Amino acid sequence: MKKAYLGIDIGSISTKGVIIDEDNKILASEYLWTEGNPIDAVKRLLKALETQFKKKTYQIVSVGTTGSARKLIGAMVGASVVKNEITAHAIGTTSLYPDVRTILEIGGQDSKIILIEDGIVVDYAMNTLCAAGTGSFLSSQAKRLGVEVEEFGKIALQSKKPTNIAARCTVFAESDLVHKAQIGHKKEDIIAGLCKAVVTNYLNNVGKGKKILPPIVFQGGVSKNIGVTKAFEEATGHDVIVDPNSHLMGALGVAILAKKSKVENDFSFDITDMEFSTIGVECQKCANHCEIICVYRDKKMIDSWGNRCENGAIPIKK
Amino acid sequence: MEKCKVSFPRFGNYHIPLEFLFTKGLGVEYITPPPSTKRTLELGAKYSPDYVCSPFKFNLGNYIEAIEAGANTLVQTGGTCRLGYYGELQEQILNDLGYHVKFVNMSKASYSNPLTFYNEFKKINPNLNLQKVTSALIATLKMVECIDEIDDFVRQNVGFEVKDGEMEKIQDEYLETLKTAETKKDIEKITKNYKKKLKDVKVKKPKKLMKVGIVGEYYTIMEPFSNHFIEKELAKKGIVIYRWMNVTNSILHNTGKEQKKTIKPYVKYYMGATSMATVCKTLEWAKEGFDGIVHVKSFGCTPEIDAMPVLQKISNDYKIPILYFSFDSQTSETGIQTRLEAFYDMIMMRKEKK
Repeated sequence: MKKAYLGIDIGSISTKGVIIDEDNKILASEYLWTEGNPIDAVKRLLKALETQFKKKTYQIVSVGTTGSARKLIGAMVGASVVKNEITAHAIGTTSLYPDVRTILEIGGQDSKIILIEDGIVVDYAMNTLCAAGTGSFLSSQAKRLGVEVEEFGKIALQSKKPTNIAARCTVFAESDLVHKAQIGHKKEDIIAGLCKAVVTNYLNNVGKGKKILPPIVFQGGVSKNIGVTKAFEEATGHDVIVDPNSHLMGALGVAILAKKSKVENDFSFDITDMEFSTIGVECQKCANHCEIICVYRDKKMIDSWGNRCENGAIPIKK
Repeated sequence: MEKCKVSFPRFGNYHIPLEFLFTKGLGVEYITPPPSTKRTLELGAKYSPDYVCSPFKFNLGNYIEAIEAGANTLVQTGGTCRLGYYGELQEQILNDLGYHVKFVNMSKASYSNPLTFYNEFKKINPNLNLQKVTSALIATLKMVECIDEIDDFVRQNVGFEVKDGEMEKIQDEYLETLKTAETKKDIEKITKNYKKKLKDVKVKKPKKLMKVGIVGEYYTIMEPFSNHFIEKELAKKGIVIYRWMNVTNSILHNTGKEQKKTIKPYVKYYMGATSMATVCKTLEWAKEGFDGIVHVKSFGCTPEIDAMPVLQKISNDYKIPILYFSFDSQTSETGIQTRLEAFYDMIMMRKEKK
């Protein structure tokens, strides 16, 4: 039996998973929508992954989770590593591009920039309090314009004269877009303008004050949009690399971290048949009213968190 | 006349010296507001303008909870930012809410002329005894220094204790015991005793120590609840935390002039409030080769926003990572955790590489 490692990246919009072997080679990978239900999404993900690799040759010995639901899913799958998405993305990308200096990442609800020197993270930033210029903004605008978001990039490339669209804030961008459409701007120009607006917004808000040096790797769901990639190349004056697996970097990174952790427990796909649920309770022991999340597997509590002090700790019977 | 029961917003552990000053010096009862909680912030935010900074909201929440606990005289301080106007507005809001309390606004007093404080204090107790106030004030200042000194020690060592939680327990006990002090001598004796206890706690420090400095806005940096306890959180990961900003350093032994000199290559003009100290300490620690800097402020804090581009430049010049946090009444815990974790991973990997 050969050893394999599973990495799961559960974002707000999409859930990604990869299985790798000892040499970080991807044996199986899957990408699907979270649809507001991370537990269900991970079950679907596992079912899809299970069919993709040779179960007779490989045994998954360690699991890592990342993304905004990393803790919940970590408890569910018994992960040996639960890592933030910044570290996970950096590890994933540097495993494929050891020389990378700048990672641009735009996901469904967040965007980040990671600066790398000699293979290690030296600085990073993440968007705060604002989803302007992320994937969900693009998909809502695609709906408004009556095109599929997947087509966005191709349409944008047809434009010869991108429309100028206010980039500071989605609310302004949206009203500006409506205005430009109503005065007769062509659809491809508006779409190309939107791609540019996303890049301007990103560079001003997330990348502000940071030196963007090549080689540049662009990843996250939005990296599939060739219009945005092109806009990044124009804005930075450098080539921008988009890996065919650019959407899987977080999952790959956390799979590698699981491998490195040396914490090994045979993972079984049986958990897709188990019932997982969570209950949020408000602790009443002081005025902080911490929201404590309790995770149950087949009605038995397996983990809880959210309490700021000992008073809110819930003992778990093993 | 109703007996005077004074209160001042909660702020780090300074409610203990304040209680000392008001009871021993001014001869009035002091109501310590209950520790800040989610309820405090919710109460404060409910009755505050949405765009005002979170310290205003915390203060207002503290006032309401202090009134509930029996306070009838509220004190607010002046300051070198918008804080200077907060007292007036808070007084108005509390009045509109139907709380009929006396409001003493120290922004009318001036730190350069201590006598003006005496005049404000007289509004709290007209039969003030100058001698008593003076001796209590001296003891109070000593107490502030002692509290800050102990706090510094804990911040720099708590991440390395062999038995988790020992230092915090001693510090809590220390603060409780301080409340029994009657004189400056008592304060010194208690502090000496607990300093020894803290030094006796078993610690295990690694060879390569990670050092992180915390800089930022006055209230948010000093009131742990308002910054989601990030200082402790980082320290507990095994990091030596340095923080210059406290009442001792900023008010009692202000080094404004020297700071101005140090930061001259970066800052030409006075920038207001805590921003000069923020720049100065970041620069000093960058030069000393710290592993990282964490900058904290309340959302919309203008002086600290002005300091950020300067910090960015220092970060580039000295290759030191800086993590920026902006807190308001709706900051998500997950977002903070993610950034802190990533920051820790980053500085650790950098350290290993060195």
